[in-house]
Amino acid sequence: MSAEPTAPELEGFEQTLAHDQRIEPRDWMPDGYRRTLVRQIAQHAHSEIIGMQPEGTWLTTAPSLRRKAILMAKVQDEAGHGIYLYSAAETLGVDRSDLTEQLITLRQKYSSIFNYPTLSYADVGTIGWLVDGAAICNQVPLCRSSYGPYARAMIRICKEESFHQRQGFELLMTMMNGTDEQRAMVQESVDRWWWPSLMMFGPPDDASPNSARSMAWRIKRHTNDELRQRFVDMTVPQAEALGVTLPDPDLRWNAERGGYDFGEPDWDELDRVIRGEGPCNEERVTRRADAHREGGWVRAAAAAYAGKQATSA
Amino acid sequence: MSEVDPVWPPYEVFVRSKRGLNHVHVGSIHAADPDMALRHARDVYTRRNEGVSIWVVRSADITASSPDEKDAFFAPSGDKIYRHPTFYDVEDVPHM
Repeated sequence: MSAEPTAPELEGFEQTLAHDQRIEPRDWMPDGYRRTLVRQIAQHAHSEIIGMQPEGTWLTTAPSLRRKAILMAKVQDEAGHGIYLYSAAETLGVDRSDLTEQLITLRQKYSSIFNYPTLSYADVGTIGWLVDGAAICNQVPLCRSSYGPYARAMIRICKEESFHQRQGFELLMTMMNGTDEQRAMVQESVDRWWWPSLMMFGPPDDASPNSARSMAWRIKRHTNDELRQRFVDMTVPQAEALGVTLPDPDLRWNAERGGYDFGEPDWDELDRVIRGEGPCNEERVTRRADAHREGGWVRAAAAAYAGKQATSA
Repeated sequence: MSEVDPVWPPYEVFVRSKRGLNHVHVGSIHAADPDMALRHARDVYTRRNEGVSIWVVRSADITASSPDEKDAFFAPSGDKIYRHPTFYDVEDVPHM
């Protein structure tokens, strides 16, 4: 598995990509390809794990047993998605505990969206609708990513994400059919989450240095701006069906190019959140670090028990 | 917590999705022992009735063919076309 490119190895790798086949764990691959994958998959895994926190806040205060059960299932799914992805990352020769360490010491990132607070219960619906909707736009093409274990993890995840998005939309729909106060809660929530959701696709293409390389390697299939456009086009009719207003005065149908024109997200805000200056960055990472530390005795006890069983057997 | 976190080794997970089908590899999980590996595999890989049976195997215990020698390793089956039914020219005979 040496990563010094020899002609036949590199050619084999390029051929596999050219035939749109998958690269598998023990295949030779360029160092840069491996590094890019580890960075992207780890960042994605961390996002799933940190993503349990904003909605987890509402687990004990969700308004009915039905809503609690749904939210619990969703938060468990996020944990599962994190584990599928750590498992895919480990096929590249990294270790999950190292990745966790990199997350809690801020050397690896997670999606900027999870650094925003969930101020009202309507946020649970909005996150399902917009945030998971945006995630689906990002993730569906990754089911055809060139790295086999990543693509297979994404297929599992996408199947489950559609439950996430539908439960969110249904929650909002229920509230929109309720009282004026409930409708106002939904609108207020959508006002807060719309722009951060658009930022989930990352910086605009001309400011996204890694995109071209990732596209050539077929790790990524579409540019940030293409996916953002797709998300807007998909979401506007859904907002109409719900009866909410998306907070963008520039949003209008452009018949000429067959898509919606929309305003520019505040890229400085995205930079700040990525730099660690978002409203909840510190809270999220601290909580993850605390959970890891507080779980230490469980890991130690289980390992001690396993050791004892092994020696007495 | 102590400085040295105990290592929970990785296990590969294989799931039989329904009776009559083979177990298929679905991913891996970490666990302290095989019983815990089974429980974790259930929680992670079968949250929606994806399985009726699970195998877990310590990842370190799997022996795999090497991709470097894939051509040579699989060559013995490559040139034995007479192992396939289509090798044989048979007149238009029923049930053949």
